[in-house]
Amino acid sequence: MSAHISIQNLSAGYTDTAVLHEISLSIEHGEMIGLLGPNGSGKTTLLMSLSGVRKPLLGSIQLNDTNLQQLPPKKRAAQIASVPQYTGETPDIEALSLVLMGRYPYISTLGGYSANDTKIALDCMKETATDSFAYRSVRELSGGEFQRVLIARALAQQTSTLLLDEATSGLDIARTIEIFDLLKQRHHAGKTVIAAIHDINLAALYCTRLIFLKHGRVALDGAVKDVFTDENLTEIYDTPIHTFNHPITNAPQAFVTPGSVAGSR
Amino acid sequence: MTRTVDIARRRKRRCMLFSGIAAFGCAVSAVLAAGFGPLDIPLGQVLQTLAQHLFLTPASAETTNAIVVWEIRFSRIILSLLIGSGLAISGTVFQGILRNPLADPFTIGVSSGAAFGASVAIFFGLSGTIPFLTGIGFVPAAALTGALLALAAVITLGSMGGQLKRDALVLAGVVVATFLAALISLIKSLDEDSVASIVFWIMGSLQGRSWQHVQLILPWYGLGLAILWRFSRELDILSLGEIQAQQLGMNASRVRLWLLVGASMITGASVAVSGVIGFVGLVVPHLVRIVQGGEHRPLLVSSAFIGGLLLLWSDVLARTILPEGAELPVGVVTALLGGPFFCLLLHRSMKRSSQ
Repeated sequence: MSAHISIQNLSAGYTDTAVLHEISLSIEHGEMIGLLGPNGSGKTTLLMSLSGVRKPLLGSIQLNDTNLQQLPPKKRAAQIASVPQYTGETPDIEALSLVLMGRYPYISTLGGYSANDTKIALDCMKETATDSFAYRSVRELSGGEFQRVLIARALAQQTSTLLLDEATSGLDIARTIEIFDLLKQRHHAGKTVIAAIHDINLAALYCTRLIFLKHGRVALDGAVKDVFTDENLTEIYDTPIHTFNHPITNAPQAFVTPGSVAGSR
Repeated sequence: MTRTVDIARRRKRRCMLFSGIAAFGCAVSAVLAAGFGPLDIPLGQVLQTLAQHLFLTPASAETTNAIVVWEIRFSRIILSLLIGSGLAISGTVFQGILRNPLADPFTIGVSSGAAFGASVAIFFGLSGTIPFLTGIGFVPAAALTGALLALAAVITLGSMGGQLKRDALVLAGVVVATFLAALISLIKSLDEDSVASIVFWIMGSLQGRSWQHVQLILPWYGLGLAILWRFSRELDILSLGEIQAQQLGMNASRVRLWLLVGASMITGASVAVSGVIGFVGLVVPHLVRIVQGGEHRPLLVSSAFIGGLLLLWSDVLARTILPEGAELPVGVVTALLGGPFFCLLLHRSMKRSSQ
């Protein structure tokens, strides 16, 4: 059986300057992948390409053996859902309406959202513990609550794959853990999760596989234990990094030393 | 859970109540406003005339008063309701698709196109009516043509990169509007006699408008409204931004194009009949959003009624405030009312964002 998502020689970015260069990756069903790398390494561009928003300059992405670009937008959105970064900019609509938008790929041209759509949306809000403010305006929600509503929307799309672009940036530790626990749950339920994560320790705690991008190329790719090492991290981030194992889960965790970056004093 | 359902029901009720009151206000105002004017007509007679025409009861002899009420005043009232609601609706749509609270129906240059069309017609002295099309003047027809051509130019310019992008759209609108403004200035400088008519036309007025103008505006208004209602659900998604809209499976540029065409049809037809009436399309959506939130379908309904109400009474003010039957352009009245009101809204939102 071939891979769930297969990326072949993908170059993507802006028409005159590519951000990603010749990326080839194969992603299986049910993986939980952390997408890591320094700023500007192309994590967002890769996620945008995977969600079909950005067209490849070269190469292609196959989703279950179909070229992603050949899928109509609604069909694509029924297979891949995205959770955007928290920007603090929210519309003044009620949370349930926002989650219902996740049913957009399934509604017919003239018919609206059905009672079944509403039921699915409410179920997804229950799963993300957001049902208690289903009828409140999302403007009144905190950052963590709003991100959970966005995850509920992505779940309502009932896709096999979930993409997250630093979905927890700007949130405090407790809210972050809350969201990643939720993702872990979905991962155990069989979803493929691909998350761009800024915090490498968080990625090491939750993911099964890590992909490091640097200068738009895949620098490292493998199971957490194999790639999350002192040498690898030091090289990728140009910063001396030491790893130790987490006292409870035994996952590797990274530590930096103040004043150790080359060129700084 | 019952608590949250209660909240939902309460808010839905508030939306219904708000638009219901506004709709009722429109109906009552339409009748009351027919009593205002230089000729003093008692309210009983106004009601009798309206009842005759609306319910087709057998008419008594057509008196001067009855003609004034039906042919002059009520046609103008209906027109002000149509234009006010049309401007408020397309203002709501433009603010949604451009994701800019300061957008209004004229942001992308539709009004400049109309003004240019009207100026050309005035320049060539085409002030009469088109033969075979009873009663429809050359000026509104030229203005409507100008508006639609300007829209086509903006869309062509804005989608040169292959896709219709928001920023490109605004820029193309500015370019087209500036260029057309220059052409209007050129026309004005070539023919000093027509300057007064052009300026007065651009200021926006409903003076002397009649049922023929209602006929001119109605098909465009209806068509535009049907398009907008069809895509109003997408408008909510579009207001989250291009990327999220695409990730939710929407063809964002196609939907944006349809919404643009629908809103511009309504705006173009309104401007063609009445000239450029500012502030209605800018202020009304803001006001309604404060009361009932940003969901677009209820927003469109309530904005339509409030916009109609606002223009209706602005027009009554415009035609009665000066002595001896002289009139102010209604565009001046809405700007005078809207300016300070917009300052209040701005102050309110500033205070809220600094909290």
